[in-house]
Amino acid sequence: MRPLFTFSVGLAFGLGLCLSGMTLPSKVLGFLDVAGAWDPSLAFVMGGAVAVGLVLFRLARSRLAPPSTRIDRGLVTGSALFGIGWGLVGFCPGPALAALGVGEPKALAFVAAMIAGTLAHRLVAAPKAAVLGLDLARPRETCGA
Amino acid sequence: MTIDWQNFTPWASLAGGLLIGLAAGVLALRSGRILGVSGLVAGLFEADDEWRARFALIAGLVAAPVLLGLVAPLAAPTLDAGWLAVIGGGLLVGFGTRLAGGCTSGHGVCGLSRLSPRSMVATGVFMAAAVATVFAVRHLA
Repeated sequence: MRPLFTFSVGLAFGLGLCLSGMTLPSKVLGFLDVAGAWDPSLAFVMGGAVAVGLVLFRLARSRLAPPSTRIDRGLVTGSALFGIGWGLVGFCPGPALAALGVGEPKALAFVAAMIAGTLAHRLVAAPKAAVLGLDLARPRETCGA
Repeated sequence: MTIDWQNFTPWASLAGGLLIGLAAGVLALRSGRILGVSGLVAGLFEADDEWRARFALIAGLVAAPVLLGLVAPLAAPTLDAGWLAVIGGGLLVGFGTRLAGGCTSGHGVCGLSRLSPRSMVATGVFMAAAVATVFAVRHLA
């Protein structure tokens, strides 16, 4: 992967996040608040992204490992913890990074805490490797989806 | 259920979503990688030959609002959450997404697009947990 190519991908992804309203925690919480005055906009973000994604990922099928069917406790617990954090603040990882570019101090604090959480998981998952600075059992995919 | 028509932005959100799907799809087509932001952040602490590519992707993500701000005024993000909730929420998001192996981009956008059963479960759980948390904070507290 060439850095110029991945930079462009990140740029397009970030522009999409900004345009869609995902970088605005107030809007994200307005979407998640189904019992209040509900703003359904963000359903259109996921709908649009998956509509394009279904086509492109089908074309890319031969380049990707088949999707995993493993449903384990870590997947469910981790997703639940993530959802609680997302609901508390209104930031998930991508929009939080993009909000750094707007210069919001709370976004900086959120990203710092998010990185601390990432490193804490690394310690729990592979304590010896982390202490020794070795990379054991690292998934080769960018993420385990 | 009451719809918040004042803040409803279906077209901008749809356009943003299409762009997000395009970025993730092109990365998968060209390099066979999943665009997962939580994984990319974790990857900043992996010294391998793809470090520069991951760093560049994150740099593009951070640069997007800066460049967009030059062309059009951007709405500044408003965080209602206090500092303690921001820090606690960040820790939960960082730890939780690594335990689950993905976040809204990796499991949500990419996983659903490739019809991954694992990602469908993850997305269902984090959406439900987020909705329940907002309900507890706004309507029970």
